[in-house]
Amino acid sequence: MPLVYPKESLSVYPKHLSPGYRSTVKRSPSKPLIIMPHTLSELTGPAFGHDAVQEGDNDLTKQHKGEPLGERIIVHGHVLDEDKRPVPDTLVELWQANACGRYVHNVDQHPAPLDPNFTGAGRAVTDKSGYYKFITVKPGAYPWGNHHNAWRPNHIHFSVFGHSFLTRLVTQMYFPGDPLFPFDPIYNSVTDEKARARMVSSFDLDNTVPDWALCFRFDMVLRGREQTPMEH
Amino acid sequence: MSELTPSQTVGPFFAYGLAPNNRCEWRPPGGEKLYDWKDTVGANLVTPDASGERIRIEGRVIDGDGAPINDAMIEIWQADAQGRYAHPRDNRALPNTAFKGFGRSATDKDGVYSFDTIKPGAVAGPNGKAQAPHIVVCIFSRGMLRQIYTRMYFSDEKANASDPILALVPVDRRPTLVATKDKAATKPLYRFDIRVQGGNETVFFDI
Ligand SMILES: [Fe+3]
Repeated sequence: MPLVYPKESLSVYPKHLSPGYRSTVKRSPSKPLIIMPHTLSELTGPAFGHDAVQEGDNDLTKQHKGEPLGERIIVHGHVLDEDKRPVPDTLVELWQANACGRYVHNVDQHPAPLDPNFTGAGRAVTDKSGYYKFITVKPGAYPWGNHHNAWRPNHIHFSVFGHSFLTRLVTQMYFPGDPLFPFDPIYNSVTDEKARARMVSSFDLDNTVPDWALCFRFDMVLRGREQTPMEH
Repeated sequence: MSELTPSQTVGPFFAYGLAPNNRCEWRPPGGEKLYDWKDTVGANLVTPDASGERIRIEGRVIDGDGAPINDAMIEIWQADAQGRYAHPRDNRALPNTAFKGFGRSATDKDGVYSFDTIKPGAVAGPNGKAQAPHIVVCIFSRGMLRQIYTRMYFSDEKANASDPILALVPVDRRPTLVATKDKAATKPLYRFDIRVQGGNETVFFDI
């Protein structure tokens, strides 16, 4: 049966079991996944009104009394589907470490300072053209226990919804030219070089604001093609 | 035509961004609440206007060693009690205008998640055949580079026997998709553990 959301394009996703990333070894299904048709349950999905997000939720530099330390940056882009159609009115959630590479989370005990003026979480809803924009600071690299001298490249975590429960995407945005790329098993769990490059934002000089903030562009492409999932 | 942005793990530290008011303990040492932020999506799906049976769903997420996964996030998507989805693709009128059918719960230190919701009705399936009441479940976690999908059915539904999707699953593995009603509980409670890997591994779907 023809699937509304083709599966072939998912081949660029990481494998569930990617042993270089140690935690996948006990957290990946070992039995084959069961193939099934897409029913109404899969073809529908959560919709969000603009009430999910409040004014200012997309500015991570204004959530506290003072300004956070670090390089102020603008991160913006479009959420699109596989036919490059915009995905409007979809919730975009973001979380990240501070400029020192430390997360506001009690499990993160890496010896780098917390910033009282930075939490590191933001949200936005895309406009009619699928556009979103955040203001934040550039996250630092941080060590993790995966292997000897393991460091994550600078990255920002993103969560997006799209038209159905199948278009749901949780990903990470990286920064161009990071020297840690060759050594990071999470980044390299995507084995296709071109697909990996799609997780790397591009430096956007045109939208860099003089004397204020560098800008990075990050478009996210979700599942969905041909028949529009929004047809009535 | 464009190519997909690949999936990456939600990582261990998502809670303050995705489930700030949830049961998981994400707050830094000292316990001081660093910011006051409402959830975009919570674990209580019940809206005042929602008709149908109010139920609670509780379960543990367990890894291949049988250990609880304390940094997972479960999202559920379901129809209302009349079997209708709050989505433009389901073009029947919605009797429960506020019921959205979407919920999110992080796991706690014991790997436990929970939802308060309404028991969904039967929904249309392939070729006009009805599907038994069910909830679509999506699991994210540190150590998962992409989300995994499963379904939750209910142990007290006779319609399970004729459900077209359950029929695709080997008989011996079907029980992993069925939440069991806790008869000792004073309010309707279903238990649904998710075994990500191992002997009694939950059935996951390639969708
Ligand atoms: Fe991270």
